[in-house]
Amino acid sequence: MSTAVFKPSKSQLADQSDGASNYLNAGFSAKSWLLTVDHKRIAILYLISITLFFFLGGLFAVLIRLELLTPQGDLMQAETYNKMFTMHGIVMIFFFLIPSIPAVLGNFLIPLMIGAKDLAFPRINLLSWYIYSVGGLFTFAAIVFGGVDTGWTFYTPYSSTYSNSNVILVAVGVFITGFSSILTGLNFIVTIHKMRAPGMTWFRLPLFVWAHYATSIIQVLGTPVVTAAIMLIGLERLFGFGIFDPKLGGDPLLFQHLFWFYSHPAVYIMILPGMGVISEVITCFAKKKVFGYSFIAFSSIAIAVLGFLVWGHHMFTSGQSVYTSLVFSILTFLVAVPSAIKVFNWTATLYKGAVSYDAPMLYALGFIGLFTIGGLTGIFLGTLAVDVHVHDTYFVVAHFHYIMVGGAIMAYMAGLHFWWPKITGRLYPEGWARFSALVIFIGFHLTFFPQFIVGYLGMPRRYHVYPEEFQILNVLSTAGATILGVGYLIPLIYFTWSLKSGPKASANPWGAKGLEWEKASSPPSQYNFEKTPVVTEEAYDYEPTIWLK
Amino acid sequence: MNKGFQLFPEQASTLAAQVDYLYFFLIAVSLFFSVLIFFLIYVFAVRYRRKSEQEVPEQIPGLLKLEILWSVIPFLLCMVVFVWGATLYFDTYSPPKDALEYYVVGKQWMWHIQHPTGQREINELHVPTGQPIKLTMATEDVIHSFYIPAFRVKRDVVPGRYTSMWFEATKPGEYHLFCAEYCGTKHSQMRGRVVVMEPADYQNWLSGGVANEPLEVIGEKKFRQLACHTCHVDKPDARGPSLVGVFGEPVRLQNGQTVTVDETYIRESILNPNAKIAAGYRPVMPTFKGQIDEVGLLQITAYIKSLTKE
Repeated sequence: MSTAVFKPSKSQLADQSDGASNYLNAGFSAKSWLLTVDHKRIAILYLISITLFFFLGGLFAVLIRLELLTPQGDLMQAETYNKMFTMHGIVMIFFFLIPSIPAVLGNFLIPLMIGAKDLAFPRINLLSWYIYSVGGLFTFAAIVFGGVDTGWTFYTPYSSTYSNSNVILVAVGVFITGFSSILTGLNFIVTIHKMRAPGMTWFRLPLFVWAHYATSIIQVLGTPVVTAAIMLIGLERLFGFGIFDPKLGGDPLLFQHLFWFYSHPAVYIMILPGMGVISEVITCFAKKKVFGYSFIAFSSIAIAVLGFLVWGHHMFTSGQSVYTSLVFSILTFLVAVPSAIKVFNWTATLYKGAVSYDAPMLYALGFIGLFTIGGLTGIFLGTLAVDVHVHDTYFVVAHFHYIMVGGAIMAYMAGLHFWWPKITGRLYPEGWARFSALVIFIGFHLTFFPQFIVGYLGMPRRYHVYPEEFQILNVLSTAGATILGVGYLIPLIYFTWSLKSGPKASANPWGAKGLEWEKASSPPSQYNFEKTPVVTEEAYDYEPTIWLK
Repeated sequence: MNKGFQLFPEQASTLAAQVDYLYFFLIAVSLFFSVLIFFLIYVFAVRYRRKSEQEVPEQIPGLLKLEILWSVIPFLLCMVVFVWGATLYFDTYSPPKDALEYYVVGKQWMWHIQHPTGQREINELHVPTGQPIKLTMATEDVIHSFYIPAFRVKRDVVPGRYTSMWFEATKPGEYHLFCAEYCGTKHSQMRGRVVVMEPADYQNWLSGGVANEPLEVIGEKKFRQLACHTCHVDKPDARGPSLVGVFGEPVRLQNGQTVTVDETYIRESILNPNAKIAAGYRPVMPTFKGQIDEVGLLQITAYIKSLTKE
């Protein structure tokens, strides 16, 4: 092991970050940010934009929960309520969750983790952000001009013929944003293939990089399909093309097939990068080599591939043929296996570790707990006869929030805390961070667990008014959402505070392994490394290994 | 119909208990794995708590036997659940032969239901216990979904085609009927109640209502009103094929293919007659699109079904 290359002392690097030039002080003008091709600055641009969309989507969620406090429709009209849940879904999925970990953490970290100066196509990377922003502006304009009420799923013929809201504007927004996602995926794939530092073989890559590689495949292959489907809705609305509306000779189920062909894999776009984060955080705070590296790496690829073959499980009650449903059901069970493998391996990584409980670790352990529940309830939904009962009820709402909020956002928070010192060069207040992790965990369960119960009782989703007997469970849910909201506001405050007033971070405050910690300063210099690093060891190589028989 | 606070839905059909058993099995499996994971995390977290900053533990890269174990066990459990769920699902697609056939039409934002005996209801469905009931469903506009939680049944109602489902109610009472597929502004008000009655009470209810003609009689009137009978007569030289005894039977088409006469074929032949022409006939039938709604289509279908050979 060439410790000389790999382990510069902490003090050395801390000195480097003091007053030394880094990507943050390389320029202060607006132009130096808006025309930057530095992947780290572009990551910050994304961080700011997705944070805005997160709180916008959160605002819609608050209004939805307030309306559901009572069974009657007393806060807003049905029409307004329908727009609220539609905009909540569209903003959170297309403008927050899909870009969240890849475009912020992936963008910032992939070149650093593989020992590269930047992504393969720095200008395309900047273009992705501009495309994302234009798409975001169209969607924002649609909200300002009255919103859209189709549900984020845009089911036809409601969206193509019957809805009287701004379907076209939103469709254009989602259409445009799709290209941003495709380009980011493409950039990552080429970067991971071609830009790895000498000695950084595929099986020395951090699992974060594997997860992003799998994610990128989905982004490149899946996104064009939803883009096409949304364009067809636009054509049908504007020019009466008979593609989806049977009155014009179309088939409404065709849309569902096209939509879910992307939108189910899109769930994995949201969760796979999160799994990558968890692998990094768990190993660091257990000071352990990850248990079953290759199983975790290949389970990411297996999820990406199998994820493309399960879209029909959203259509068990739609009237598709019985045999089609059988095939989609069995494939859905297959995709459960690689997810289970990951959870078991993370748990096993803790065995005989040296576990500490800093905020990133608390979020990561929270992730495992919530993802386990989210994943297991996914099995319920893949089970044909049970899905018939709970499809389109709050059971489904609870399930995918356990995956997306409990999984993806917990992982995003874990990653943001973990790499915050690297990204900003500042430490966040640890006590507050642990406190907010706890608040989020409690708020989350209180919000979404009652929804499993009310879902099995039969309360359909997207209901503005509902039968009185469901009220108690809805009140619990709203109370939980309030706590959850506070839980998200606390980090917003202390992260912002830490930018100016947080203590300076050393290059490797967690004692973690990986090029971004061991070879780059906090914050990293403009071109990441003084000279191209040479890799001589496997990922997470904390100490000499003991092989179990 | 406020049922008060509940944690578990009522079971009111033959299917309900079966779905619930599978659901309980899934809960048991989930509890086992969640508790196992949470317990292990808790134990490891406490037992292997970092004692000093410098501490570096033994490194364990993995163990193939364990990987195989925790891949194969979940896989096998999944297959058990798959087969169990699929078998039940398959049953819900195969209505018993003696099922009574009701017709449902969804439109923004109400359910229109016709009994085989001719009664019509809006947002209410009266059914007897102990009698399998098949619903054949259509929609006038967007996708809806017919959902009775107490029966554990749900099926989307899709424009341009018929879908169907069946159930057998077991417990008299009133239950929710929901539209489960988002269908526009008043989606959440597109709901009603299912009233399950003892067979005798159901007979009383039927006779107590407005005297209705059976569905096929209404259908026959509509059939004549639209002058279908001028061509579709049961004679060898008629301009249109005879409709007597054709339902459920295969019919040969001009292009050599064969289709079975079902609700969908009848619907298509009325709205788009030239799509599938029966062999030996000319494409002379005009379309009736715009002259007949989904309710009327179902009535004519009921009439054609009633035309059996003596």
